[in-house]
Amino acid sequence: MRYDLTQIESWIPEGSRVLDLGCGDGAFLNRLQETRRVQGMGLELDPDNLIAATQRGVDIVQQDIDQGLSNFPASSFEIVVLAHALQVLHRPDKVLRDMVRIGREAIVTFPNFGHWRCRLHLGLTGRMPVSKDLPYHWYDTPNIHFCTVKDFEALCAELNIAIIDQDIVSGPTTALFKQWLPNLFGSTAIFRIKACD
Amino acid sequence: MVHAGDVGLVTAAREVFSETLTLTSGRTLAGFELITETYGHLNAQRSNAVLICHALSGNHHAAGRYESSDPKPGWWDLHIGPGKAIDTNQFFVVSLNNLGGCDGSSGPNTINSDTQQPWGPDFPQISVSDWVTTQAMLADRLGIDSWAAVIGGSLGGMQALHWAVHYPDRVRNCVALAAAPKLTAQNIAFNEIARQAILSDPDWLAGHYQRETVTPTRGLSLARMVGHLTYMSADGMSDRFGRDTRNTPSGTIDPGETVFQVESYLRYQGKQFSTRFDANTYLLMTRALDRFDIAADFNDSLNEAMAVTTSRMLIIAFSSDWRFSPARSQELVDALLASGRPVSYAEIETDAGHDAFLLDEPHYTGLFTAWMQQVVI
Repeated sequence: MRYDLTQIESWIPEGSRVLDLGCGDGAFLNRLQETRRVQGMGLELDPDNLIAATQRGVDIVQQDIDQGLSNFPASSFEIVVLAHALQVLHRPDKVLRDMVRIGREAIVTFPNFGHWRCRLHLGLTGRMPVSKDLPYHWYDTPNIHFCTVKDFEALCAELNIAIIDQDIVSGPTTALFKQWLPNLFGSTAIFRIKACD
Repeated sequence: MVHAGDVGLVTAAREVFSETLTLTSGRTLAGFELITETYGHLNAQRSNAVLICHALSGNHHAAGRYESSDPKPGWWDLHIGPGKAIDTNQFFVVSLNNLGGCDGSSGPNTINSDTQQPWGPDFPQISVSDWVTTQAMLADRLGIDSWAAVIGGSLGGMQALHWAVHYPDRVRNCVALAAAPKLTAQNIAFNEIARQAILSDPDWLAGHYQRETVTPTRGLSLARMVGHLTYMSADGMSDRFGRDTRNTPSGTIDPGETVFQVESYLRYQGKQFSTRFDANTYLLMTRALDRFDIAADFNDSLNEAMAVTTSRMLIIAFSSDWRFSPARSQELVDALLASGRPVSYAEIETDAGHDAFLLDEPHYTGLFTAWMQQVVI
């Protein structure tokens, strides 16, 4: 399993209600249902994924996150998860605000654009990074809102969102440095957040 | 011949209820009969029963054939059978002709035992609630305490919703396809045009046409043309008919024959329908549809209505359905979410319009099948 998902799982309380935004084929929610006995619900757009998630016994609602989440009442879930989808949203700020309204806590993961490889690529070649993990060009990418760990922290402060916990996924050679310089050595950022009291 | 995946040859059964039924209108029926069909086998625990609720023009014959030579199987044969969405290897499927229908259950075209005459327009108006009451009496008769699932499309979906709201202990899973919490003014207006078409037929005879052995086929046919039109989508019709012509227009205003293919198609649909359906039942069904409002008993709050449900819910809408648009299904979903109820929802991309729930669209069939496979029996 992807490291960010392992970390998310460790932050999910036993038996909680979990809303997974962009839940894909429902494999992760299904795992949480088994390991954490959560009551899960997924949001997804792709019709094949809707079928795959349903086959796994995951309740799933076809809804476009970009159209808003106002139909979900406040505090209706313990945890709202957004894994590797922040960068594809039209208005990540609005979605984050909704996430901490709907969930008592929210967990967000995203590729860190402050990672040294991205910086090196942009610095040396003067062109937008294209890598194994992010294989698209600037003009055809679904990832329209890249940010760095520092950018995300600044946005949370602006939105009055508290960061409860955070972690970083990095390559094995840079694992030692990620504690001190997460924005430089972390390739995927994982944040656990909630609305400020 | 019986194909793989088909329920094969079926027979209808008659259930006679002698008890007096008090309807929501306050009127009573001194006994009534329901025509039913079942597919699959009831298990020893009686826990695998599924109820099919039919829509406006449907009946008990949902799957299979009476004779192997029947040109067409039951109306939902695409989704009922071994290995299909409603898998008869798993489920005991019960289908009936609703009270007030015209395919054998007590209704306007059956005999009123008091007068020994056809009921005609004297048959009482029936509501969705009355249908569910009589379906519950049928469940008692069959020894079914709780349905594994209650399933319906369109007006059938409304019955399924009524079950989930008013009999939460007796419904473990509920499927509402192309449904709505209540009709819009536009919807009621279409039904009113259909009713006026019937009422303006000279053979209507204030509903007593059966006595005179005539049928208001022109009115009924026109009613169906309007209805059928609203079950299709503009894109679907363009693809199917375009502006294709059958005959060259003559120089007269009324050439007496159809010019465009779509005219011919609608006339054919109307004519077919008028030979098999009863005009009084058509009025009764559209009135029941108009008056349905799932929130009526809950301070007009859809949230409150959905909050009392305890069943798993599957809501499916179809993108080109403008009769009961996806926005109406979304209202149901939002009300369920507001109550923290588990729900699955999809808007299926299709140009088949409202009638798409009767068809086999891959993503629809796939989701329906996958969801039904999760039903615990």
